Amino acid sequence: MHPAYSVILFTTASGAGYGLLALLGLVGFNHGPASTMAFALTAIAVALALATMGLLSSTFHLGHPERAWRAFSQWRSSWLSREGVAAVATYVPALAFAAVWSGLADAPGLIGPLGLLTFAMCAVTVFCTAKIYSTLTTIRAWNQPLTVPVYLGFALATGSALLAAIASLFGRLQYFQVVVTVVALALVALLKFFYWQAIDAAGKAHTIEAATGLGRIGKVSQWEVPHTATNYIQTEMGYAMARKHAAKLRRLVLILLALAVLAAWLALPVPLLSIVAALLALAAAAVERWLFFAEAQHVVTLFYGAAKA
Amino acid sequence: MTSLPPPSAKKLGLVIDLDTCVGCQACATSCKEWNTQGYSAPLTDKNPYGADPSGVWLNRVHGYEVTEEGQAQSRIVHFPRSCLHCEEPACVTVCPTGASYKRAEDGIVLVNPDTCIGCKLCSWACPYGAREYDTSHGVMKKCTLCVDRIYNENFAEDDRVPACVKACPTGARHFGDLGDSSSAVSKLVAERGGYDLLPEMGMRPVNKYLPPRARRDGRSAQVAALPEGDGSAFDRLFAWADKMLSGKAAAPRVDTTDHSGKLEG
Repeated sequence: MHPAYSVILFTTASGAGYGLLALLGLVGFNHGPASTMAFALTAIAVALALATMGLLSSTFHLGHPERAWRAFSQWRSSWLSREGVAAVATYVPALAFAAVWSGLADAPGLIGPLGLLTFAMCAVTVFCTAKIYSTLTTIRAWNQPLTVPVYLGFALATGSALLAAIASLFGRLQYFQVVVTVVALALVALLKFFYWQAIDAAGKAHTIEAATGLGRIGKVSQWEVPHTATNYIQTEMGYAMARKHAAKLRRLVLILLALAVLAAWLALPVPLLSIVAALLALAAAAVERWLFFAEAQHVVTLFYGAAKA
Repeated sequence: MTSLPPPSAKKLGLVIDLDTCVGCQACATSCKEWNTQGYSAPLTDKNPYGADPSGVWLNRVHGYEVTEEGQAQSRIVHFPRSCLHCEEPACVTVCPTGASYKRAEDGIVLVNPDTCIGCKLCSWACPYGAREYDTSHGVMKKCTLCVDRIYNENFAEDDRVPACVKACPTGARHFGDLGDSSSAVSKLVAERGGYDLLPEMGMRPVNKYLPPRARRDGRSAQVAALPEGDGSAFDRLFAWADKMLSGKAAAPRVDTTDHSGKLEG
């Protein structure tokens, strides 16, 4: 699948933003009012900026961005529509939570419920994002049970790394933030490792013989392409650039995550290292997301000569 | 609404005969010509006369080589591919805007070009490569089953068929109601063993493909042996003539044309 940079930016940035927002909601639920208004507003601003940037960037790859509002209408059947609805709906509890948690509005009793609601809406939004991909039966590498956990895992890992980084800037890095970051990063590395094992182990179920129905006669191969120049189907679905580099890029993701774990842990003595950890985690997420697209083979490639898919 | 309508009794679609298709591309060019002026027109081409042309086509004819067991020569099968107007089209249910829809009255799958946002998700959901994105309009294009022809009362009755069907010189494309078991297309499918593409994907395509017939003669793929002489007077005359005319080792013909491409030397 062709990796559209706007989609990669969208899913990694919004994943990190919603991850951070979700954790801030939990922090508020658990600890009550924020330590300082500056910390609370900065953290929420970063989270909402990332989520918003992601949403805006996702509209860049549309043919008609001005019609994007129509995408809120088909939530009954479409995960993409559900994602849009959930993403926009999250702003309501998130902004209300920001007001009461930071102390801008004086309603400490609402911090807990609004924090929990913000957390839940963030989780739902990222879940919907992942479902867009995991429900596509045409792409074997996405139609996997671990696709959704990996998306949620990356949101949590990059979000917690960002939380630790912002806390360290305010001189408020705490032990539990480091532990959550280290555990989340290690967890997502494991999830992704098992995901890669699963997609490598799952056999290619579809063949060119089955796709064309000509297997009843014999062995099928492509003799003539149906055009004189490359078409949309080939550039969009037939993207195979990264498959030959897949092993290297997979190692790169795991190395970046391992370095992020190390930096996150070393932030206990040297708090500012948590910024390095956050940058490494975001880099790992971006490479992982690029590979998620570039590595995936679409079943339509069978009609264009692929023997199996 | 991108939720699917209840199954329609009428299921309009195509039946494509892979036995008689000769790969002439008349269906593809006729489709292109009709649909560049019809519903969701035009069907854009970019740089059509340049070095790197590209464009949107709703029907493309592939060619596959099929190697049969025990046959020295393979077979070429011409394979037109377009939207199959599935009964459970994933391209419709993934659409976030409702632009992609399946008609309740006849099962035709269409894209409304006025509400499509061009997110391309439908093309990802389709296993058949039936949808092509038009970069110049920013919307998705697909086969409409010539919805603007088949109900067009300004046309003579026998012209109310998709452009590809009308154009096919070998009669390899058939249009009709596959929901009606007594229709000509349904009978053809039953008689010839028409099949679905990728049935395991669960989209339940309406269009059917008729498989190429078996070779008439198991030996026809081999070079026919020269007939044996029967020893008659004529036979001996021909043998003598053949010998006289063949002469000694015939001198090979020399091609004096310069194929080097150089103008001099």
